[in-house]
Amino acid sequence: MNHNTGWKNILIVFFLLLSTLYALPNIYGSDLAIQISGTGNYIVSDQDVKDIEVALADNDIDHKSIGLVDSRILIRFNDSQSQLSSKALLKESLSRNYVVALNLAPSIPQWLSNIGGKAMSLGLDLRGGVHFLLEVDMDAVIATSINRYENELRSLLKKDRLYRKILKENNFLVVKFKEQNLKDQAKKVIRDELPDLMIVQGSESELQLSLEVTANAQSVSKKSALKQNLTTLRNRVNELGVAEPIIQQQGTDRIVVQLPGVQDTARAKEILGAVATLEFRMVDEKNDLQSAVNSGKTPSGSKLYYFKDGRPLLLKTSVIVTGENIIDAASGVDQHSSPMVSITLDNAGGRSMLETTKEYLHHRMAVVYIENNVETIIKDGETIKSRSKTQDIINAATIQSTFSNRFQITGLDSSREARNLALLLRAGSLSAPIEIIEERTIGPSLGADNIKKGLISVLVGFALVLVFMGLRYRVFGLVANAALTINLVTIVSILSLLQATLTLPGIAGIVLTVGMAVDANVLIFERIKEELHVNNNIQKAISEGYGKALLTIADANITTLIAALVLFSFGTGPVKGFAVTLSIGIITSMFTAIIVSRAIINMIYGRKKVEELAI
Amino acid sequence: MSLKSLKVPSIDFINKRKYALIFSALLFAMSVVSLGIQGLKLGIDFTGGTLIEIGYEQTADLEEIRTKLSDANYIGTNVQYFGSDTEVLIQLEPQEVSSAKLSSSIIRMLGEDVDVRRVEFVGPKVGEELTNDGGLALLYALIGILIYVALRFEYRFALGSISALVHDVVITLGVFSVLQIEFDLTVLAALLAVIGYSLNDTIVVFDRIRENFLSTRHTDPKPIINDALNQTLARTLMTSLTTLLVLLALYFLGGEVIHSFAGALIIGVVIGTYSSIYVASSMILTLGIAKEDMLPSEKEKKEIDARP
Repeated sequence: MNHNTGWKNILIVFFLLLSTLYALPNIYGSDLAIQISGTGNYIVSDQDVKDIEVALADNDIDHKSIGLVDSRILIRFNDSQSQLSSKALLKESLSRNYVVALNLAPSIPQWLSNIGGKAMSLGLDLRGGVHFLLEVDMDAVIATSINRYENELRSLLKKDRLYRKILKENNFLVVKFKEQNLKDQAKKVIRDELPDLMIVQGSESELQLSLEVTANAQSVSKKSALKQNLTTLRNRVNELGVAEPIIQQQGTDRIVVQLPGVQDTARAKEILGAVATLEFRMVDEKNDLQSAVNSGKTPSGSKLYYFKDGRPLLLKTSVIVTGENIIDAASGVDQHSSPMVSITLDNAGGRSMLETTKEYLHHRMAVVYIENNVETIIKDGETIKSRSKTQDIINAATIQSTFSNRFQITGLDSSREARNLALLLRAGSLSAPIEIIEERTIGPSLGADNIKKGLISVLVGFALVLVFMGLRYRVFGLVANAALTINLVTIVSILSLLQATLTLPGIAGIVLTVGMAVDANVLIFERIKEELHVNNNIQKAISEGYGKALLTIADANITTLIAALVLFSFGTGPVKGFAVTLSIGIITSMFTAIIVSRAIINMIYGRKKVEELAI
Repeated sequence: MSLKSLKVPSIDFINKRKYALIFSALLFAMSVVSLGIQGLKLGIDFTGGTLIEIGYEQTADLEEIRTKLSDANYIGTNVQYFGSDTEVLIQLEPQEVSSAKLSSSIIRMLGEDVDVRRVEFVGPKVGEELTNDGGLALLYALIGILIYVALRFEYRFALGSISALVHDVVITLGVFSVLQIEFDLTVLAALLAVIGYSLNDTIVVFDRIRENFLSTRHTDPKPIINDALNQTLARTLMTSLTTLLVLLALYFLGGEVIHSFAGALIIGVVIGTYSSIYVASSMILTLGIAKEDMLPSEKEKKEIDARP
């Protein structure tokens, strides 16, 4: 009774070593660093490392170390001054193939990271950063896809002049026919050529058909819209330069974006949500502008547009080049030092631009800035989505000479606007409008405060429990304290290994676990005391105490675990963090409070004659 | 402490349960009334809206901020100090146009030199979802526990523990309602933790009640339950004390953000400890628990027979 078998001791010692080892990375601090990675297909190389080292040396910027890890270059610095100045330097000198981002790199010794040692990953509330939940406007996606099918249907049925009229009603396409046999012909063609369209059950009358897009096709367009938006958002985040961003799909129509360490959140918001593009159109110089404004009737082939300051202008409806044709854009200032964006077009766009500028030399061309917005508004107590489209002329200038794929546009309000526009044009446009439906931003100062306060409360709570247990249960209390310490180390090592995100509520979960973990030991010790009371056999009392308390402990902990698991499956963000640490804590505390404490007790009291227990 | 000093207390819990019942009923009724009349002060997690926490170099002028906000026609604003008088918390109800841009324009309005410590924006739809999910989470936790306890013990124990849990949750909510402390997502998490904690306590007592029923020839449930309560009292108080110690550390040192969370847990642990002693056991007594209900299955019987 009450002795440890050899293999059990070895197992416990092995476990202790392992958990200490993997908790270890957390005691090393982190370095201020810059992380450089390639965009798209570009992968950074050793040559890049050499080039950067030279550039840093040329500008007398000190760095602690530089290295290539997981196809990313990590440069560590001793102070934030050199970190910031080298970011500015590298951002300027490196081409657009690179993403330069500020980062905090844990300074773990090489041998430790070689065996997979990692520090806990800190949540945004501890390191500062932005969390966005974006919702893709799927109604707009469906509306666009219906327009597309309408066009396809029209061209399909036009060949044999099958239809009389095609109307769009809500999300249905209504086709009207002159004769019934034409309708039957059309039905066959649609079935063969446009399987994504389906006849609405019971809607068919003698000369009319209602069609809807199949659920399958709808979900395909939704999926592809979401996928394309994810890609565009990734590009935009890369342009912003963020280390370790998270851009993830959530559910069928939402995207989570987490940007650790971003300082200028206003800009991040502007950039992520913007659905902006450009269109180039010729100015309609033949028709009279004033009469169009007065009568409200625009001549066919033209449309009325406005400058930002409200001046009207008639533009031709045919578009020369759209934002889709833009492959590169960079902001800067022109010779009058007003902000401008220089643009590079793809081949098709360049060709079209060349033809137009040849044909319309000395005529005026306008640049229209188009922005789609979707906002949730509360109207009469109900929340509805409101969509708006702004189309502003930012510039209308006379074509002085022919040009093709490279040119500049001016007429922007500020260099900030020029910078944002260039970025948006580079990153590509979103295929459907998105709206930020949740934002949680933690400033860097609050993040640092949270870490400090969280750490202090864990330590103080922990110390209080240690003192209390020692006073109440003496030697057994100290054993419980040892078990509790091991428990804490184990929780930290498991969190580090799983790379679960530690949040402030997560720390609270650890604190709570510390308080509750001793419960198992309290149960056991109180039971041992009782057994001593009825039976003077000390060894038996220890063994019975552990044995009888075991089921109770298991029951009590499993019920708490149920609550924690429910929290985990329903909780979001910070609440999830709490559930994770609480669950891990419950499991590890069972192990340390029962098995580890027993082993220590056995070492102290086992297999010898004991007169009195210090309990 | 030597063997001699070990004494199991002999407090007559069961015969005093009338008073406990009156006390609980009173608290419960007050909570329900308060929840019905003034309800909970729901945070933006559930109502939707915008929250901005800003740090100033010097003492912040709340009036000035309020004037600026009302001049800009924002409705339902609440401006207060947060933790210290250099930190300000601005909360806005959902505006007519609810968008994440709102916080940016307010921050711009307040000036460039402020330290933006925290911004939270919850769209109306998300708030609604979080409320639904939160309610469901509480419900599922209760159901899961009910099933587990019913399987491990007996349905009367399950009902007893659930009534204790409902008691704890309603009274904790009641305290939040009476004091109008803000109820946010973290408080909801705390409430679920309270459920787990209070249940933990209750299960320990129930375990002992069952054990006592099986190890004695007496059939009167009152002294058996009373003994069990006395035997587990030391443990119940010890665990509550250690838990309260760490929670107090969290409350006073963990910072303003975690205040409501730690507060909810402290209230919950105190009420949970009380309810596991007075509510859960008197409930199973009222439901008519008897020795026959404890009779073990065939397998367990053999084990008991084998005991000396």
